[in-house]
Amino acid sequence: MASNRQRRLLAFSGAVVMALTVAACGGESDNTANDKLDTPECAAYKDYTGIAGETVTIYSPIRDAEAGLLEQAWKPFADCTGVKIEYEGSGEFEAQLKVRVEGGDAPDLAFIPQPGLLEFFAKGGKLKAAGDKTKTMATQNFSPDWLKYGTVNGTLYGAPLGANVKSFVWYSPSLFKEKGWTVPTTWDEMIQLSDKMVAAKIKPWCAGIGSQDATGWPATDWIEDVLLREQGPDVYDQWVTHAIPFNDPKIVAATDRVGSILKNENYVNGGIGGVKSIATTTFQDGGLPVVQKKCGMHRQASFYANQWPKGTKVAQDGDAFAFYLPPIDPAKGKPVLGGGEFVGAFSDSAAVQSVQTYLASPDFANSRAKLNNWISANKGLDVANVSNPIDKVAVGILQDSGAVFRFDGSDLMPAAVGANSFWKGMTNWINGTDTKATLDFIEGTWPK
Amino acid sequence: MSTGTETIVAAPDAEVPPTVAGRVRKKLTSRTASAVSLVIALLWTVPTLGVLISSIRPENEIKSNGWWNFFSNPQFTLDNYNQVLFGSRSASGGLAGYFVNSLVITIPSVLFPLAFCALAAYALAWTRFRGRDWVYIGIFALQIVPLQMALIPLLSFFNYGVSLGGVQLLPAWDLDGPAKFITVWFAHTCFALPLGIFLLHNFMAELPGDLVEAARVDGATHAKIFRSVILPLIVPALASFAIFQFLWVWNDLLVALIFAGGPKNAPLTVRLAELAGNRGNEWQRLTAAAFVSIIVPLTVFLSLQRYFVRGLLAGSVKG
Repeated sequence: MASNRQRRLLAFSGAVVMALTVAACGGESDNTANDKLDTPECAAYKDYTGIAGETVTIYSPIRDAEAGLLEQAWKPFADCTGVKIEYEGSGEFEAQLKVRVEGGDAPDLAFIPQPGLLEFFAKGGKLKAAGDKTKTMATQNFSPDWLKYGTVNGTLYGAPLGANVKSFVWYSPSLFKEKGWTVPTTWDEMIQLSDKMVAAKIKPWCAGIGSQDATGWPATDWIEDVLLREQGPDVYDQWVTHAIPFNDPKIVAATDRVGSILKNENYVNGGIGGVKSIATTTFQDGGLPVVQKKCGMHRQASFYANQWPKGTKVAQDGDAFAFYLPPIDPAKGKPVLGGGEFVGAFSDSAAVQSVQTYLASPDFANSRAKLNNWISANKGLDVANVSNPIDKVAVGILQDSGAVFRFDGSDLMPAAVGANSFWKGMTNWINGTDTKATLDFIEGTWPK
Repeated sequence: MSTGTETIVAAPDAEVPPTVAGRVRKKLTSRTASAVSLVIALLWTVPTLGVLISSIRPENEIKSNGWWNFFSNPQFTLDNYNQVLFGSRSASGGLAGYFVNSLVITIPSVLFPLAFCALAAYALAWTRFRGRDWVYIGIFALQIVPLQMALIPLLSFFNYGVSLGGVQLLPAWDLDGPAKFITVWFAHTCFALPLGIFLLHNFMAELPGDLVEAARVDGATHAKIFRSVILPLIVPALASFAIFQFLWVWNDLLVALIFAGGPKNAPLTVRLAELAGNRGNEWQRLTAAAFVSIIVPLTVFLSLQRYFVRGLLAGSVKG
């Protein structure tokens, strides 16, 4: 009878559920953890006492292979102190963190890549101010330029973790050698080089700003980098905080200067198409023509090193390398545009503060840097531990005493602009909208 | 029916079936119709075929040209599958572990709503109490509440409990580790109820009242009627709702992201979303991973598909 079969099926599925639940619950009893701080190999961590057996949860946008390397980097610390670090990386970090914090499910620590988001949680009273030890560690190891972005109303909430440098122009050293070109050190030299490339029938620039929901962000980096060079850090700060309007003549000038490259049919889009192809090319693919020698230069952050096809030699004498986007006005110093994560704490237990302190230490920075593909603005980071040539250059730029660091502006602006209208505006600008209309549109979306 | 007269006029002709449905059916069984549907079926399978072929190509090939180049330049590898299934957990795959999580989440999240919806639908269809229709309309109307609106309240319900004016009415659940699966089951069950009750209620209400009457005359209780009379009759509706719910839960990312809490409890979808790497540069894994993740739904769909078609009509207008 049908109902019999039905009942048997139900009983069977019930049994399966029980079995799976039991299986999922098994193997979870590890409360006997002791620290091993007395052993010689743990000497470096002897200050972090009394946290054995505690669990600290970390939530972050860093995932996959890079997350594995992070875990590997703090493993000696965790083993020595006996603290358990539960790491979770997610691509939906920004939205999820808000939901979790609102719902009372906040992680102990979060690696927040947007100072604006950090400020949001700090002002909402959700984030705990950094403890004294963390503060000391952070001020020892990071420049005020960096700490400023982890500070809200004079209180430090988080120390920086990783960093990336955006002021880079990728090129093909072998192509440069072939043609006898040299790396430009001023903006004018760079434009002269571009003209030489045009004469040599190679489109000097290529770009791609496609990035799904975030399409347009690579173009915003262009504007920020040029504004920083043309007007200096003070005007940049005023722009980011809306002390001057978005359509101020200074911003118009910077945008037009970017336009003289990105909207110049003679200059772009090497190996891909015309100006409009910039909007339809993903940022991952935007620089690939460089190694095919169909395009001379590609402005993109240091992390673009991961995008080159397997087997590409990224080195000064290789297939791809990058130079520092040269200054326009030498009097304005050496501006560096970049980004990074800040370690914010939603709990102030001793274990959480210890981990937060450790993550700000040179110990961690060196431990992580040795594993490749990672840099930090930590002053204690030893360049010798950085193996990747491009990362070496980036660390050099970050540690340069003349460097003026500024955080990626679109991450500092209100989300309605920085993560929305600025991206959209720039995409339309590439597609033919003129500079004034674009900036007026973005200005109109700034939250009152 | 406006075509009534025509039907009568045409009736003597034995070749033309008398009803509209009959004529439609006749038209749809012709050779041309079969050919057309075959073409449609083939066209709709092409993307899936592309994914399958892509998943067995080497990384460099996937990244540099389209899957159709496989036919002119066949290169075969199982590397992608090896990577996504057995790679180290944090680095590249470890889908096998997440696969188990997906099952642990999905099976109860299908069975609970199925049980609750069937009971509720029975109560709303075959018992009489004051305000029954209003309760039914209320539940039906809840379908318009988007899931996203309930996420934060539900999460704080688990983590803070319920308090009104400083008085704690319900305590926080304080679940940790694998116990967090309970919150995922709870959430999925909540979100499934309105549609489930609506579907099953409509199906149950269509059953002939005589059956229930007869059982009642014989002295059967509600429990007995539900188990021996109603349940065997609504199997097609149950199966179709089970498929709906199964596919929905299996493919769900949002609820799992918020309630599962941590990578140890996360289902396949959560892992799939991260698989392409931090900057999307490892996307060659995605096709293989997609195939791993659709195996189960595909099996469920194929084995229950006859119910699916039947069930699509459940709750809709009967012809």
